[in-house]
Amino acid sequence: MAARYDRAITVFSPDGHLFQVEYAQEAVKKGSTVVGIRGNDIVVLGVERKSVAKLQEDRTIRKINSLDEHVCMAFAGLTADARIVINRARVECQSHRLTVEDPVTVEYITRYIARLKQRYTQSNGRRPFGIAALIVGFDDDGTPRLYQTEPSGTYHAWKANAIGHSAKAVREFLEKNYTDEAIAVDKEAIKLAIKALLEVVQSGGKNIELAVIKRNEPLRILEAKEIETFVAEIEKEREEEIEKKKPKKSG
Amino acid sequence: MALASVLRSDYTDSVNKLSRFDNGPEKIEVRAALGEDLGFAVNASFKLSDEGIKKKMEFHHGTTTLAFKFKHGDEHGVIVAVDSRATAGSYIASQTVKKVIEINPYLLGTMAGGAADCSFWERNLARHCRIYELRNKERISVAAASKLLANMVYQYKGMGLSMGTMVCGWDKRGPGLYYVDSDGSRVCGDRFSVGSGSLYAYSVLDSGLKDDMTVEEACELGRRAIYQATYRDAYSGGQVNLYHVHSKGWTRISQEDVLMLHQQYKEKAEQG
Repeated sequence: MAARYDRAITVFSPDGHLFQVEYAQEAVKKGSTVVGIRGNDIVVLGVERKSVAKLQEDRTIRKINSLDEHVCMAFAGLTADARIVINRARVECQSHRLTVEDPVTVEYITRYIARLKQRYTQSNGRRPFGIAALIVGFDDDGTPRLYQTEPSGTYHAWKANAIGHSAKAVREFLEKNYTDEAIAVDKEAIKLAIKALLEVVQSGGKNIELAVIKRNEPLRILEAKEIETFVAEIEKEREEEIEKKKPKKSG
Repeated sequence: MALASVLRSDYTDSVNKLSRFDNGPEKIEVRAALGEDLGFAVNASFKLSDEGIKKKMEFHHGTTTLAFKFKHGDEHGVIVAVDSRATAGSYIASQTVKKVIEINPYLLGTMAGGAADCSFWERNLARHCRIYELRNKERISVAAASKLLANMVYQYKGMGLSMGTMVCGWDKRGPGLYYVDSDGSRVCGDRFSVGSGSLYAYSVLDSGLKDDMTVEEACELGRRAIYQATYRDAYSGGQVNLYHVHSKGWTRISQEDVLMLHQQYKEKAEQG
């Protein structure tokens, strides 16, 4: 049955599915993991960096992109599709500044991206965008925000989320470990993101790329050294945890 | 859009490039392109000469409207004062025209120039402001509202719109006052006066404004400025409509006939 209803995007299947949209979500699940965390004064995006070929300059592979000074997004899925969405979003951020004389709110630009994605699920001859995006930033009034969009065009606000490969495992880790104390300090929020990624990334700190936005500061991509320092701290804390749990020797 | 449908030409594809306000599925359909091919019905009444455009249609330029920001200690506000006379040539068409359009509870627009143009575009602006509020769950700023209006009329630049309006209101940045006209100007400022009687109003306004004024003093200044303009300008008269814009929105202060005001001021001058 599926075979007859999964070609044309604008056709529903008898049991109410839009198969093209669901297949787009499968494409997202193949993308490398992205985790986003909303702290009190900081928002963090961490991505798993797939290993690059020896001759390839790894600086040209950017999964975290700024849409404006105060908003940035990371995606999971088809890189080329993401490029289109990011370009349109960047133009919209500036258009908004021009017509309204105010920077976009994170919700506004998320809504714009979601609307764009939805339009591609309802027009002839086009396929949906094969990406899910995590959009983070600060609004004008200083509130931190994290939103997630899907190929279907829906969007939701999150405190912490993950998309892409093994997203479910990362999300479960976040559900267990995201507490108000855990994100109270900026450093702890960053460490939580790294910890979440370490659950699924194979070779540790080398394959993690991290970006943070602090209130009233532009996007900052952390250097490899900083990530190494955090990873070392995390491992030390883990060892201390294991030591504490060992039964104490009497004496 | 009434005007757009009147001026519709045979274009079908160049339209989408002009659609500047793509807020999703709702697009403003602008069928007539900027400055291109003015071979439409309206062309017959226009004659571009060295002196400028000669208008065949009579517009109600005759008016005096003013608005200014003032402050009293930490409190800020905007006073909006207008007359209420509409003229067609030397005929007084009406003495009771409402030249302040209440866009929403915290935004006001004044009317000078073509009554139909002002009325239509400002009501259209009210619609856009409301849609903005519903979509973004917050009130539109005065800057954004005035920009929407300016962009809307700019698309009809050169086609005979006549509108000189002041968008006044209160938003999270405080009091806002913008002058927008059908030539495409949009200027932010502390005080404006628009219309044939604006010269007289400016002189009273400029000489009477102080750094710190109470609401009553500011209202009286606005009222006096309009009155003096109606005294000397034949195309202004009727009543003075006064509004005060503050942090909670706008309030209609008073509506006074200028002939009554004339008596009052005369008596005060004779007494004091």
